[in-house]
Amino acid sequence: MADGKVKAGVPKRRAGKRQKKDWIAGYLFIAPVTIGLLIFYIWPFVQNVWFSFNDVNKFNISTFIGLQNYAEMFQDSEVWSTFGNTLKYVICTVPVGLFLSICIAALLNAKIKGTSIYRTLYFLPSVTMAAAVSMVWKWIYNEKMGILNTAIRAAGGEGHGWLTDPKTALFMIMIVGLWMSVGYNMIILLAGMQGISKSYYEAAAIDGAGPFAQFFRITIPMLTPTIFFVMITSIISGFQVFDVVYMMVGKTNPAYAATQTVVMLFYRKAFDYGYKGYAAAISILIFAAIMIVTVIQLIGQKKWVNYD
Amino acid sequence: MKSKRNIQHFFVHLVLLIGVGITAFPFIWMVLTSFKTAGEAMQIPPTIFPKQFLLDAYVQIVSALPFARVYLNTIISTLVTTVVQVAFCSMAAYGFARIEFPFKNAIFILLLSVLMVPGQIFLIPQYLIIQKIGLLDTIPALFIPNLFSAFGTFLLRQFFMSLPKELEEAALLDGCNRYQIFGKIMLPLVKPGIVSLVIFTAKFAWNDFMWPLIVNTSPKMMTLGPALSTLQGQYTTKYPMQMAGAVMAVIPIIVLFFIFQKQFIEGVAQSGIKG
Repeated sequence: MADGKVKAGVPKRRAGKRQKKDWIAGYLFIAPVTIGLLIFYIWPFVQNVWFSFNDVNKFNISTFIGLQNYAEMFQDSEVWSTFGNTLKYVICTVPVGLFLSICIAALLNAKIKGTSIYRTLYFLPSVTMAAAVSMVWKWIYNEKMGILNTAIRAAGGEGHGWLTDPKTALFMIMIVGLWMSVGYNMIILLAGMQGISKSYYEAAAIDGAGPFAQFFRITIPMLTPTIFFVMITSIISGFQVFDVVYMMVGKTNPAYAATQTVVMLFYRKAFDYGYKGYAAAISILIFAAIMIVTVIQLIGQKKWVNYD
Repeated sequence: MKSKRNIQHFFVHLVLLIGVGITAFPFIWMVLTSFKTAGEAMQIPPTIFPKQFLLDAYVQIVSALPFARVYLNTIISTLVTTVVQVAFCSMAAYGFARIEFPFKNAIFILLLSVLMVPGQIFLIPQYLIIQKIGLLDTIPALFIPNLFSAFGTFLLRQFFMSLPKELEEAALLDGCNRYQIFGKIMLPLVKPGIVSLVIFTAKFAWNDFMWPLIVNTSPKMMTLGPALSTLQGQYTTKYPMQMAGAVMAVIPIIVLFFIFQKQFIEGVAQSGIKG
């Protein structure tokens, strides 16, 4: 820093000219992204907030109606039930997903052969198209001919309409969500585990700590920042489940109401029914919910996340 | 002592292999079903392996939907999104990381705020913009908003910031201008970052679902994700056909993944380290 100032002090006039050239270059470099984000993201954000206070009809003519959309939303049982389904999804998948991905990461962190092959195979589902694999899972779950029920029947049990029973459908969707995300989160956690200094384990081994004690006393506490990161990102993506539900549960499915997430509701309201003002208000509610949960997490982390 | 260790390793492998089985099964079942006839797929109890490996389902799907067209749309949309987004992001990332100009930090923070907002917030206005400029149901509709990425800019900025300043200062003194420095010196040095972003963007664009579902509704203009949904609705019980569609939809990314698996996995692994 000090070095740069001395240099700049000598050819003063040229520095001024160069600086201006630099400004222009700087603006030119950032122009495409900045203009694009302003037009397609930042201004739409403002517009969306405005729409949420408007009634936007099918011809996209909007009339200001104040807080009416919000008032309506809080009385809309569909909003509550889809929010409930979404919360259920988040509450079930986040802890189970964390547990599974930590277990697999821990096993892969043991000195065994073939770690990189396992990593690759576990990671695979997270790169594939959700729409495509949802179709495959739907076929597996199929009541009459699906391989799941066939296996159950072969074992002497009875088949079940996994995706049509309102009691089980959401859980079956959660399984697909977990199947797609566990490998991904496992990679992040494994990288975190590999970043823990060996010296901790060596010291613990000298003190006579077994592998379980080492896992709970060293690995888990040292991993808390990574666990926290995975938790936050999983919660945020859990709130936005869409593709899998859209593909697996059609409108005529008896389990339709039991599986609709809040983003599904947003989509239907905005693009099936054309209530764009109301849908905008729903999207603001999703945003608010994610913000609130994230802020709670950020406050709560002080109690359990270790930053040393 | 050694045999105890062997037993432990045996159990670790056993558990991991069960996991691999669960992970791989849907893929295996998808491929096996795609080679069966519709009748064989629905037979009770079902066959595990097809009696004959038939390509009928693949032939049917190509002729049933404008499938070739949909495939081409997806390829074009993915290529344009990836190339343009990475080019724009690397330019902006260099500007934000290396050049001083007024309001730089304010602009950067404004752009970063996009990352904090869930995507649904932008969808309605984005749709209305595309509608207003008359591009609904066209190829450009598929990629326009995705050409600009706050995430990519942020990611590459980190890479540019980690490069030593001396490199640039030397080049400036030699009379190179900013554009030459960017293209000839800096860009080649952030190649790992570029590769990460290319992979991430290509995967995202190929698998994207909600946006193409909204903007392009005529079968000819769809991408693979929404087209599979249409297929599922039209051919409810033609399971081999559905599975053939799924196979064709996931194969390009799986091939890409196996070629660049190291970069795929490292890119994700690093995302948690800073967090």
